[in-house]
Amino acid sequence: MIDNWPILSIVTFLPLAGVLFLLLIKGDEKALAQNSRFVAMWVSGFTFLVSLPLLIGFDSSVAGYQFEEKAVWLAGTGIGYHMGVDGISMPFVLLSTLLTPLSILASWRAITHRVREYMIAFLVLETMMIGMFVSLDMLMFYLFFEAVLIPMFLIIGIWGGPRRIYAAFKFFLYTLLGSVLMLVCMLAMYIDAGTTDIPALTAHQFAESMQTWLFLGFLASFAVKVPMWPVHTWLPDAHVEAPTAGSMILAGVLLKMGGYGFLRFSLPMFPLASEFFAPLIFTLSIIAVIYTSLVALAQSDMKKMIAYSSVAHMGFVTIGIFTMTEQGIAGAMFQMISHGLVSAALFFSVGVVYDRLHTREINAYGGVAAVMPRYAVFFMFMMLASVGLPGTSGFVGEMLVLVGAWHASSWVAFFTATGLVLGATYMLWLYRRVMFGAIVNDQVKAMEPMQMREFSIFLPLTFLVLLFGVYPMALLDVMAVSIQFVMDGLSASGLSLLAAN
Amino acid sequence: MIFDLADILPALPEMILATLALVLVLVAAYGGEGAENAKRVTRIALGGIVLVLILIWSGTAADQTAFGGMFKADSFASYMKILVLLGTSGALYMSITPLAKDDINKPEFALLVVLALVGMMLMISANDLMSLYMAVELQSLPLYVVAAMRTNSLRSSEAGLKYFLLGALSSGMLLYGASLVYGFAGTTSFSGIAAAVSADQLPVAFVIGMVFMVSGIAFKISAAPFHMWTPDVYEGSPSPVTALFAIAPKVAAMALMMRLTYGAFGAIEVEWSQVLIALSIASMVVGALGAIMQRDIKRMMAYSSIAHMGYALAGLAAGSHQGALGVMIYMTGYIFMGAGSFAIILLMRRDGQSATRIADLQGLSRTHPMLALGLMIMMFSMAGIPPLAGFFGKWYVFLAAVNAGLVPLAVVGVVMSVVGAFYYLRIIKIMYFEETDEPLDTDMPTANKMVLGVSIGVVLLFFLGLSPLLEAANVAATALMTQL
Repeated sequence: MIDNWPILSIVTFLPLAGVLFLLLIKGDEKALAQNSRFVAMWVSGFTFLVSLPLLIGFDSSVAGYQFEEKAVWLAGTGIGYHMGVDGISMPFVLLSTLLTPLSILASWRAITHRVREYMIAFLVLETMMIGMFVSLDMLMFYLFFEAVLIPMFLIIGIWGGPRRIYAAFKFFLYTLLGSVLMLVCMLAMYIDAGTTDIPALTAHQFAESMQTWLFLGFLASFAVKVPMWPVHTWLPDAHVEAPTAGSMILAGVLLKMGGYGFLRFSLPMFPLASEFFAPLIFTLSIIAVIYTSLVALAQSDMKKMIAYSSVAHMGFVTIGIFTMTEQGIAGAMFQMISHGLVSAALFFSVGVVYDRLHTREINAYGGVAAVMPRYAVFFMFMMLASVGLPGTSGFVGEMLVLVGAWHASSWVAFFTATGLVLGATYMLWLYRRVMFGAIVNDQVKAMEPMQMREFSIFLPLTFLVLLFGVYPMALLDVMAVSIQFVMDGLSASGLSLLAAN
Repeated sequence: MIFDLADILPALPEMILATLALVLVLVAAYGGEGAENAKRVTRIALGGIVLVLILIWSGTAADQTAFGGMFKADSFASYMKILVLLGTSGALYMSITPLAKDDINKPEFALLVVLALVGMMLMISANDLMSLYMAVELQSLPLYVVAAMRTNSLRSSEAGLKYFLLGALSSGMLLYGASLVYGFAGTTSFSGIAAAVSADQLPVAFVIGMVFMVSGIAFKISAAPFHMWTPDVYEGSPSPVTALFAIAPKVAAMALMMRLTYGAFGAIEVEWSQVLIALSIASMVVGALGAIMQRDIKRMMAYSSIAHMGYALAGLAAGSHQGALGVMIYMTGYIFMGAGSFAIILLMRRDGQSATRIADLQGLSRTHPMLALGLMIMMFSMAGIPPLAGFFGKWYVFLAAVNAGLVPLAVVGVVMSVVGAFYYLRIIKIMYFEETDEPLDTDMPTANKMVLGVSIGVVLLFFLGLSPLLEAANVAATALMTQL
């Protein structure tokens, strides 16, 4: 019976139902705030539970889309309501449904004003994120893709730090500029193919000259989202100013929209252009990996450092995708999921000490490990996962990307590996400066130990990072057939790169 | 010409409204001077407009012509007239309280609006150069008067005078262009003009006539470079009048532009398409860049409307069925975004005085959460952020433009929409990211609540009603393409 339920629609729109519920809450300010927190927590938690059947019922031996739902929307125009997941999108859906309740939990005490509006923004954001990953219609995809900007703009702008207005505007306008160019390309694709159905577009052959332009238009949008060098500059600002939970979602899920877009659109729909532009992507990604790692090394703000490390890690993802090898793409996917978990945990780690000391300056800390030993363990684990220690999920992703990169070009692999070394340098250095050494700041001594609430945020993230680290097949199995499907599409289009292998 | 009873039926809505205007003259004259009478006149006018709205909505879609082919009633006309009637009734409904507060609620206001409304509806149905000019003048003259209605304000008088002078200039251009076209076509009827020329046998002066006529109408829709009057008139006129200006006449003038280009000049699409592309690009650029520096929200809305007309013209420039459809979808979203925004702008008062600086909105999300939410939705929609109404309008006009090979136009358009997003976001920033100690007044008339509520509903749930809307617009566009 459960097979016939529109699970994807339920998962997507359940948070919106929660918003309606939030709007009905009445009471004085304090009760309102507390009730809003609980409602948002319950709704997002319940959404996570409802999304679990996607994992349990997922058949990883099928290449096509599962849990498909189709409905008539704009009859006769080739635009319809179409949802479904495959091995590429399903992990992202679960990542979104997992990180949202954790983020809400993370903002439990940090957000004290306009709590109801905050929770509404988060639940709307959740709907938009999930909707984007499950849409199998290009117009629907775009609706969700763009609509994400609205709640995120408000989250940064209302609940952010001192320079929040600048950061919110930069985030919004940067992303919008990229997206509208993609929109023009989508119009051209719709005109050419007569439909916006993603499976149909994947099967449609776009002319080679057209592919070039379409690829560039989509690149404009996805490169900003990923973000790739040199259009990454919005990210450090947005992260530094956003509240902790905003950073968690931004790094955990929103950055993945670019990588997902490359896998869903660029590679399958414009294979020839993808091959043509692969060297460009490699160059930009290598610059991102090395340059932003160096920039991260020079930061004195913890959040900014982790933000730059995100750019570097996402550089691995773009390299992996455009190696157009099975290992590379699997590595990129793995890296995205892993980075989603790890970076969310790292931003939360910063949030934990920020809530206590109200500064993100690395120099204000030192010796935290002595005061908060359990916290130090979690932070270390996540830091090592970010560096790519074997046994954590970070290692698997980076390893696979490197293997893929080696197939593409040994130079690409060489420079990518350089980034690994640099990444280890700044993360370990950060850890040393914050956690060890003598306590110079008296306020650090007075820091209260980790609470149960914070513990319960770290725990699931740690578990998953460890699980994917020691048993990567748990994730790779889910993705394998879908990635193979993308590869089959690429070889069917007769790429010379693949013919050479 | 023989006046026939059969002529009356297609023009029944206009007849009713014209009669209503005459009745209102009597009510205004004999009902007393007081504010009570002004309200009464407005209510009667609203009743009449709603009646006509129902009449058109339930009417047949069959193509009919009347008065020897000067008047055309088809499904395109019905579609656009419904938009105009909705916009006018919304603006009129909201005007009652603010006019009373500013002590300028004269019975003549509603009466003049009804007269202008008749003009707008005739513009939409114009099928002959004579009826075209007559309709444009009937629409314009009452509006010149209402712009200057606040007689004790220099600003308002200035707005009225400016509007009149520039409007007269545009009428002159329209008339000059019409005379050139008539001179070469030998007839004033649209079908006759269309038959008189073909693309390979085209007198230069005919093209000049066409350019003059298009420019004259561009004045009315305030497309750049004929936009100069807009910011001043918007700012100087009393706010309820600005609300009216921003919504209804634009739709009517756009409909007239469509009739003229697709109908009378259908054979020389290549020529007028170039003019419209230039107008479109200029409007999008001027609208987006001009709005950035504005401090007054009404001036900002003026530039915003210039930009919106630029987007709509981008669809029109495509010269296709798809383009007409895109413009209609765009204008549908536009009137609701405009009505919703002005529902809030009309409420902006502090200590009883109208406050229209953008800075007056500071901290609105704290003092008036629902108003701030409403205005935020309108601003995101105007910026073209999905899934709101404004996005779908842009989707369909740019779809037509790209399909017609006007990719550079579409690229300029979307890039300018990003520039535009900046000033819409600025409004949201002032409402949500800033705090204030001087809140605006809190009372909220039912009229504004109703209009705002309906507008929010339509803008937010546009995607749900898009399918039937597309169907209606499709029928209307087909009627427009085959109007001759």
